[in-house]
Amino acid sequence: MKKSVFIGALAFAGLAAGAAAAQSTLEEVTNRGELRCGVSTGLVGFAAPNSAGEWEGFDVAVCRAVAAAVLGDPSAVEFIPTTGKTRFTSLNSGEIDMLARNTTWTFSRDVDLNFEFTGVNYYDGQGFMVPASLGVSSATELDGATVCIQTGTTTELNLADFFRSNGMSYEPVPIETNAEAQQQFLAGTCDVYTTDASGLAATRAAFPNPGDYVLLPEIVSKEPLGPLVRHGDNQWGDIVRWTLNALITAEELGVTGADAANPVESNNPEVNRLLGTAGTLGEMLGLDNAWAARAIAASGNYGEIFEANIGESTAIGLARGLNAQWTDGGLLYSPPFR
Amino acid sequence: MSDTHSHSAAFVRHDQIPPSPPPAGETGPVKWIRENLASSVSNAIMTVIGLVAIFYLAIWALPWFTNSVWNAADIRECREIMGDARGACFAVIEERWLQLLFGFYPPESYWRLIISFFGLFLALAPILFSNLPRVLMVWTGLFPFVSVWLIWGGSFWGPAMVLAGFVVGYFIFRFASTINFVAGLAAGIVGAIIWWSFLLGPIAGVLSSIIPIELAKVESREIGGFTINFILGISSISLSLPLGILLALGRQSNLFFIKGVCVVFIEFIRGVPLITLLFVANVILAFFLPPGSNFDLMLRVIIMITLFASAYIAEVIRGGLAALPTGQYEAADALGLDYWQAIRFIILPQALKISIPGIVNIFIGLFKDTTLVSVISMFDLVGMIRGPILSSTDWSGIYWELWFFASALFFVFCYGISKYSMYLEDKLRTDHR
Amino acid sequence: MTAIPDRGNESFRLSQLIYDTRYRALTFQFIALVALITFIAWLMSNLFSNLADQGQDISFAFLASPAGYDINQQLIPYDSQDTHLRAAMLGILNTLLVAFLACATATVIGVIAGVLRLSKNWLISRLMAVYVEAFRNVPVLIWILIIFGVNNIIFPQPRAFRGADPDASMVLWDSIAFTNRGVYIPKPIWESGSAIVVAVFLLSIIGIFVFRRYARNLLYSTGKLLPTGRISLAIFFVPTLLAYFVLGMPIGLEKPELAGFNFQGGIQLRGSLIALWFALAIYTGAFIAENVRAGIQAVSKGQTEAAGALGLRPNRIMNLVVLPQALRIIIPPLISQYLNITKNSSLAIAVGYMDVTGTLGGITLNQTGRAMECILLLMLFYLTISLSISAIMNVYNNSVKLKER
Repeated sequence: MKKSVFIGALAFAGLAAGAAAAQSTLEEVTNRGELRCGVSTGLVGFAAPNSAGEWEGFDVAVCRAVAAAVLGDPSAVEFIPTTGKTRFTSLNSGEIDMLARNTTWTFSRDVDLNFEFTGVNYYDGQGFMVPASLGVSSATELDGATVCIQTGTTTELNLADFFRSNGMSYEPVPIETNAEAQQQFLAGTCDVYTTDASGLAATRAAFPNPGDYVLLPEIVSKEPLGPLVRHGDNQWGDIVRWTLNALITAEELGVTGADAANPVESNNPEVNRLLGTAGTLGEMLGLDNAWAARAIAASGNYGEIFEANIGESTAIGLARGLNAQWTDGGLLYSPPFR
Repeated sequence: MSDTHSHSAAFVRHDQIPPSPPPAGETGPVKWIRENLASSVSNAIMTVIGLVAIFYLAIWALPWFTNSVWNAADIRECREIMGDARGACFAVIEERWLQLLFGFYPPESYWRLIISFFGLFLALAPILFSNLPRVLMVWTGLFPFVSVWLIWGGSFWGPAMVLAGFVVGYFIFRFASTINFVAGLAAGIVGAIIWWSFLLGPIAGVLSSIIPIELAKVESREIGGFTINFILGISSISLSLPLGILLALGRQSNLFFIKGVCVVFIEFIRGVPLITLLFVANVILAFFLPPGSNFDLMLRVIIMITLFASAYIAEVIRGGLAALPTGQYEAADALGLDYWQAIRFIILPQALKISIPGIVNIFIGLFKDTTLVSVISMFDLVGMIRGPILSSTDWSGIYWELWFFASALFFVFCYGISKYSMYLEDKLRTDHR
Repeated sequence: MTAIPDRGNESFRLSQLIYDTRYRALTFQFIALVALITFIAWLMSNLFSNLADQGQDISFAFLASPAGYDINQQLIPYDSQDTHLRAAMLGILNTLLVAFLACATATVIGVIAGVLRLSKNWLISRLMAVYVEAFRNVPVLIWILIIFGVNNIIFPQPRAFRGADPDASMVLWDSIAFTNRGVYIPKPIWESGSAIVVAVFLLSIIGIFVFRRYARNLLYSTGKLLPTGRISLAIFFVPTLLAYFVLGMPIGLEKPELAGFNFQGGIQLRGSLIALWFALAIYTGAFIAENVRAGIQAVSKGQTEAAGALGLRPNRIMNLVVLPQALRIIIPPLISQYLNITKNSSLAIAVGYMDVTGTLGGITLNQTGRAMECILLLMLFYLTISLSISAIMNVYNNSVKLKER
């Protein structure tokens, strides 16, 4: 009796709660006053808590820009660390509003898993890192090697394809997190560590003797990394997409974070539209017109974010390469703000 | 008597000879060694093997402790100080022990965790030792709410009003149970649920605007280290006890449907590893909840571990129920007690007493199993070591010191509890004599 | 109750559903049933509305599509183009392998430690007590990680074996190599004729049983005691060795050799397997030791004394009198320990051992995003194993119970 009443009451409470649901993501975020952003569990340069517990990094900056655009406060973000296993389910179940965790844009994730990739914030490719003492200079010499991989990533599948198509054998050592992969690689449990080239550079930067390890020249896959949201809420998807585009366009147009913090009328109409001093682009998104200015002011434009977190002046020291603006021979090409 | 003897015998000794000391081989350490270490050839050989093993363990482990370094900024400095000697770098513990115990909990609020920790012992004392004054039980009842408020912070009135829900339920029950016990219980529960779902929020809101008693809010994500193991272990075991009792009664009952449900539930939970249940908590529980509702990972994990523990506790209590002689049930029937009265006054008090050692053992197992949450990326003691500490540039390469610390911490608690369980078993045994 | 009225004529009233004990149980059960169905329906409706919101469905079709990833420990041939189902099968076999190895080792360790803990030798019994307490009171996950760490840090890399003056060398006439990637042991090579040797070996094992039965019958009927131990040993070794040499040594050994990055040839016991295997065995061994001790202590002392009065020697008392009786008490908890080992083997995920939690519940789940289906199948697998082991236990318990009466 007691049990049945309890269960009945529980069901009733649940139905009551169920009726109150069904809001758009934008409403949810504004009501909550906080953006929930899924990031990696700790990859220096992309997303990692610093010694004071503050999250910082390249992916983190995207979250902060979205929070600034939507809520007006770049610090109104709750960062939720996700692993390869939990990232998609967290997004699906609504635990997070967006995922910025160097996630590769693939067909099946976009179509089968029902996500909406909102653009590419980093063009990456899978590379290999080996100890210099191994004397290997090319990935094609790795026949029979033991390879550490992070499970749940596309690297696992690329790796299988690469060795298969080159007729080589290997021994995979699956590992859950980057931290453990790093320990195992340093202990010599595997000869090779493979993940996205940017991740390799970030990992190597954290080694005691980075000079003892080399990155092999081969890049065996295309890894366009970008933020993603749930399928079906197009308004929210547009907000995240155009926030990212705003960061990229800002660099192209030479608008820095400092400029965006105090927008002045410019001679270039696109700058005016971007910063909201002219036009009503923000209202079309369901935000106010200064949204992009706030997003850019949060941590600067794309170039500034890149330089501050992973650029050549940092310990990670990545060159712009493919991630330069199209005007500089790179792939960054934002659609126009018009 | 002596006179007659003196005449009939040539010599009679008048005083007793003092007992002569036993032979050298039959006294003191020599005898002890002979009997306990070398009673036969094979025994002597085993002793030698044991001694050799201890010797090697000692010369392997001792320098590790004697050369240990307690003050260093990172592993490289540690190695510099040690030079060629082989030793432990306990500096990592020295630097990180607060993190290992409390995770990323805000340091200025550590006192809240510490008060909760000692409050827990005060709350457990009257349960553990029956000769303490019963007044302490009041604190035991209040403790869950106080500790929730202390650990997670926020307004004092939230937990206080949840507690008030129990009080409301209890008074409704007191009033209604004069008519019928079961109906009263049901009314009390419904009353409490109505209180929680409709009245709690507004009243707590009003109260906190009038008398704001607030602590800085702490997110579950910031709690870490051994604190998580403790919170999960204690909360799951205490929540699973009532559930376990109900399941055990359900499994023993002759209502075929209720019995069937309980059997299926218990066998299912006991048949799958805890880790799959944690996956459920982590990955798919949200699918079964109304769209848009989602709650804290910690709470989800507590729910799953509670369900897990309740199945095991149900089996222990079922053992206790089965151990009672049927005469007890029959006597209760003969007295004209109905089912719930019989259970409350006759069966459960005895069955629970028999089950206590088993429950304590389950608690030890559960407490150890809370380390599995590190697999679903929660930073408990093990997760803290595997994640942030081992991957930091300062300490990567340290291994033994951290695991030694973690094992020692668990050992102290689990061994202590198991000793208590033995004490309890002894005490209960004398009762039965 | 005193005067029973003729209830048969009474018409049924609705209030009887609550006040009449004949119907009350049914009423309550009906309410519980309705509540349970409502609850489950609520869960299911949530599930389907959530899935519909996200445009997903429940489908097991992914099991037939190519897995795309590689698995290091393969008990059956597998290739990255095989299906997810086959990958899951591989995982199941790996689970069963480590569970079997750990159960066998844990039993040996547990029985030895349990018997030694009751030894008259003070030092030995103390040492065993220390072992039991140390392992029982520390989480098994920590033991797995410690043993994995030992393996990674203490043992040298395969590279260290290279060169004219290597830092590390193989043991036992260059046949076993301890590396941080695992232990490499020689692998038997079956050439033509090896089948005969195996057949001879199996026959001689049957022969040992036949001989033992003969010896016992002889003992019971004539009182003549044959030296069974020595003769059994002879039957075990002599015919097989004879066949082996007569046929020109058809079973060879392939020793592991350093080639390229790793050792090639031989059998590789990976570090993850070893960590899981030994951690589970030593941890569970401590529990089994306690079960064995409790079982032995439960045999009344009078039994031992009576056997002693009959003139039996201590080891015979143990083998012939105490253990057979203790086994009845030891075996049920022993089987539930086996169950625990199987369930705890899912911790493989912490060290990257590719058991079923690692393949189906790990990589397949991550790659396909089919969390619901994968976890459901995973639970189903463990449930099947658990229920079959408990079924065996029930059969055993019943058979023992019959003998007791």
